[in-house]
Amino acid sequence: MEQLIYMDNAATTPVKPEVFEAMRPYFTEVFGNASGIYRFAGKAAKAVSDARDIVADFLGAKSKEIYFTGGGSESDNWALKAVAEAYEKKGKHIITSKIEHHAILHTCEYLEKKGYEVTYLDVDEYGVVDLEQLKRSIRPDTILISIMFANNEIGTIEPIREIGEIAHERGVLFHTDAVQAYGHEEINVDELHIDLLSASGHKINGPKGVGILYIRESVKIGSFIHGGAQERGRRAGTYNTPGIVGFGEATRLAKEHLAERKAKETALRDKLIQGVLEQIPYARLNGHPTKRLSNNANFCFRFIEGESLLILLDQNGICGSSGSACTSGALDPSHVLLAIGLPHEIAHGSLRLTISEENTEEEIDYVVGKLKEIVGRLRSLSPLYEDFVKESK
Amino acid sequence: MSQVAEYSEKVMDHFANPRNVGEIENASGVGTVGNAKCGDIMRMYLDIQDNVIRDAKFKTFGCGAAIATSSMATELVKGKTVEEAMTVTNKAVMEALDGLPPVKIHCSLLAEEAIHAALWNYAEKTGVKIPGLEKPVTDIGEKEA
Repeated sequence: MEQLIYMDNAATTPVKPEVFEAMRPYFTEVFGNASGIYRFAGKAAKAVSDARDIVADFLGAKSKEIYFTGGGSESDNWALKAVAEAYEKKGKHIITSKIEHHAILHTCEYLEKKGYEVTYLDVDEYGVVDLEQLKRSIRPDTILISIMFANNEIGTIEPIREIGEIAHERGVLFHTDAVQAYGHEEINVDELHIDLLSASGHKINGPKGVGILYIRESVKIGSFIHGGAQERGRRAGTYNTPGIVGFGEATRLAKEHLAERKAKETALRDKLIQGVLEQIPYARLNGHPTKRLSNNANFCFRFIEGESLLILLDQNGICGSSGSACTSGALDPSHVLLAIGLPHEIAHGSLRLTISEENTEEEIDYVVGKLKEIVGRLRSLSPLYEDFVKESK
Repeated sequence: MSQVAEYSEKVMDHFANPRNVGEIENASGVGTVGNAKCGDIMRMYLDIQDNVIRDAKFKTFGCGAAIATSSMATELVKGKTVEEAMTVTNKAVMEALDGLPPVKIHCSLLAEEAIHAALWNYAEKTGVKIPGLEKPVTDIGEKEA
């Protein structure tokens, strides 16, 4: 392929060269097991400890509150299952939202089978959770509120501080799946009243297969992976030293360039959104117009279907996604788009483009032009469009 | 898992360059099948003279496989008698496309249904009996959903 315009950064991101260079020695030269006694292993242990400090600093947390995991899904599973188990004497009620990632939703379904009760909060047309419904849903037996920091499909940023305040006023633990927001938004766990937070390395130009779970010191939960004494006995498994180093370096870079990158991405995102809405009829923006991730644009194009759109974009060197990449292969449209009130027919025609600071204004122009062409072509094939045109006459 | 990687070259060809797209005015038979809720709607137009399908056109809302199977189905029925058109089954469409990924097999079923729906419409209009043709399931009730 001659050119590749990558706009699927919410699915995954490339490892930055600086991150890769930071990781490299820990594959080959400094390969020692970070749990070893000899001085050689100490080098690896020091690297793990430094990475932990960087992450803690980014979150405004203590280093001992950061636990390295195998990724975002593991962190989400651990948070939910371990809180459920540790606090079951207090109650068996959990509150989450209808637009969570499947790592949360499917874990909740699993817990429901184990006798837990889960309330799935509604969201408004922009995907913002209903705070009044949240307050009404809290019961004496509620043990956990888990609401994502920002939605992976439509990019809407949730009112995390307000949710945290409500949770703490009512003495309920608050977990947030921050996989899409970590490194992109400023996060201070104390100011936002967050007790547990999940994040993933590969969404922030770090490596795949490494994530973190922040666990507030006062939260007493058990292990998810049993075995050795790593991570203060709470997460067994030999330290993934290169991965952890990569996570730390990616966090350091993300923090250093956060404001600058956000401004750059926001300008590109808004150019993309404006271009699409101005040039393509019967298109709508999904998610909140301003309270959204700086890299996320999500559209629905009426009368056409998302997969055919993606293939034609791919043939023009453009990588995007329709709904969550994890749900491709499923036939139902995205649960997030249904939750914001879109009918099935319109939800099928969704496109998510998640940019990065590496994209250029020229690329945005090219994508808007190609999209206009492809959407027009698919509409000329569509019986729904045919009916619409006839009915409008 | 990438859908594109699983599509045969023929599927990709018929998706990227679909044959017989469009409408036929005063068609001998028109059939619409599928529903928007599931994300696939096929409409097939047939021009039938002296019991032979002279022309076939389609419009489809759906995934790459849905568009490719519609395109192939119109190619296969063109020039056939109405009785011969009954041999264009979902299997025949699939084989002509060198297969479909398992999750997309329903698209070929929809193509067969679309042929049957158009033939049914023709049979109803003309009173012609087509052996083996049963009233197709035209599940478009969810269209306005």
